[in-house]
Amino acid sequence: MLELNDINTYYDNSHVLHNVSLDVKAGETVALLGRNGVGKTTTMRTIMGLTPARMGEIKFKGTDIVRWKPYQIARAGLGFVPEERWIFPTLTVHQNLLIGQKNVADPGGPAAGRWTLEKCYEAFPSLKKRQYAKGGTLSGGEQQMLTIARTLVGNPEMILIDEPTEGLAPKIVEVVADIIRDIAEQGMTVLLVEQKLAIALDLADRIYVISKGMIQWYGSPEELRANDSVRKAYLEV
Amino acid sequence: MEALSIIPVQFLHGLVYGMLLFLVASGLTLIFGMMGVLNFAHGALYMLGAYFSFSILRWTGQFWLCMIVAPLLVGAFGILMERFLLRQVHRYGHAHELLLTFGLAYIIEELVKWIWGNQPLHVEIPAMLAGSVQFLGITYPTYRLFILLISAIVFAVLFLILYKTRAGIIVTAAVSRAEMVNALGINVPLVFMLLFGVGGALAGLAGVIGGPYLITNPGMASTIIIDLFVVVVVGGLGSLPGALLASFLIGELQSFGILLIPQMAIALEFLLMAVVLIVKPEGLLGDKA
Repeated sequence: MLELNDINTYYDNSHVLHNVSLDVKAGETVALLGRNGVGKTTTMRTIMGLTPARMGEIKFKGTDIVRWKPYQIARAGLGFVPEERWIFPTLTVHQNLLIGQKNVADPGGPAAGRWTLEKCYEAFPSLKKRQYAKGGTLSGGEQQMLTIARTLVGNPEMILIDEPTEGLAPKIVEVVADIIRDIAEQGMTVLLVEQKLAIALDLADRIYVISKGMIQWYGSPEELRANDSVRKAYLEV
Repeated sequence: MEALSIIPVQFLHGLVYGMLLFLVASGLTLIFGMMGVLNFAHGALYMLGAYFSFSILRWTGQFWLCMIVAPLLVGAFGILMERFLLRQVHRYGHAHELLLTFGLAYIIEELVKWIWGNQPLHVEIPAMLAGSVQFLGITYPTYRLFILLISAIVFAVLFLILYKTRAGIIVTAAVSRAEMVNALGINVPLVFMLLFGVGGALAGLAGVIGGPYLITNPGMASTIIIDLFVVVVVGGLGSLPGALLASFLIGELQSFGILLIPQMAIALEFLLMAVVLIVKPEGLLGDKA
């Protein structure tokens, strides 16, 4: 579904991503792991067109989208759940969802699986309870759920989720992990950036490890569990 | 009796000027208040509306046609201005925008003088609005009441669109987090361009309405521009009700200022701005940053 080939991304003159290649197949959950500042978020932003790559190609459903604008990439079916969450603080929960809403009645699509606002409120009862509250008044966990829900109502075929559990209380971390697992089980393709190794190992079908802007290792969760040297070199602090 | 009836009349004068000010400032509320684009040429857009209206009226004799066509023309001008000039300098900040639009305002003013001449132009009020109305013992020009009506309609329509429709919500969201809205599949640059067009069209409409009342002349842009920024800042950046309230206060301050302390009348609105900025820096109805 998504394929990055030799992606190179720069922030002005600093070279951040070096020949990053990875692929995510339809229905898979793939985790991108690494320490802080190694290029995980940049990879997400590059895929989404927010920090465009200078060289390389990004194929989404077979089409090269590397020069596309973020809104075109979103319309093509890629959803983005950013690390910063970017809730619209002065708008209500309901209005936040309205902004994300698109492709509700795609005539060609499987209507039953469509995310409508109603389905969203069913899946996120805590958001329904607070639907008229301003986004800025939500707790961290509620904001994270709103961010995920806002992307889901855009009915993407694949979502990029960047550090969804960062800064959340342990109990809420579990809730958010369960939500991602549910979404993936319903057939969504997921590319996940996650600092908590246990959660990544639990959710992912395959894992890429990145360091200094380069993919250093990839394999299955079982292989990573068994591979002390990779974990020590690139993940554990 | 004479002395007493001057108060409601003076109040109406202030109200009419204030609401006309609101009509012009509503567009600036979108462009500067919400989008944060420091458009010093907004007064020039208003002036263009008045001059376009003058010419359309001369060719067709239809005031109502002016009210539709002139705002569309000014709106289109605004869109071109955003697309080809302001978008290029926005990332460099307000200083660049100010210089660019300040220069543009001068160019428009000179073009207006070149095309229409230096003399003030007389714009005929349609016969239907030319008379006066009697109510509560006051005789008042119909056209001025028409200004009040148009301002009320513009406020109501803009308010509903901005705060009650998805398009309005998208504008609010795009202003606060452009990147996120873009990543949710909305063409944010297009939204901004259209918003600029709407702001321009509002200025144009205000020009059509204000032309016959405030006299269509090449100085009308520079006379109003400072008042406009005072309105947007005093009302609270991006707040439409705030702009309405501030316009009302400034209109009344000028109207009663001229009546009571003529030497101080011009200073009153800046006094108001100073007080508001000290007591409530975010403006009367502005969101706390």
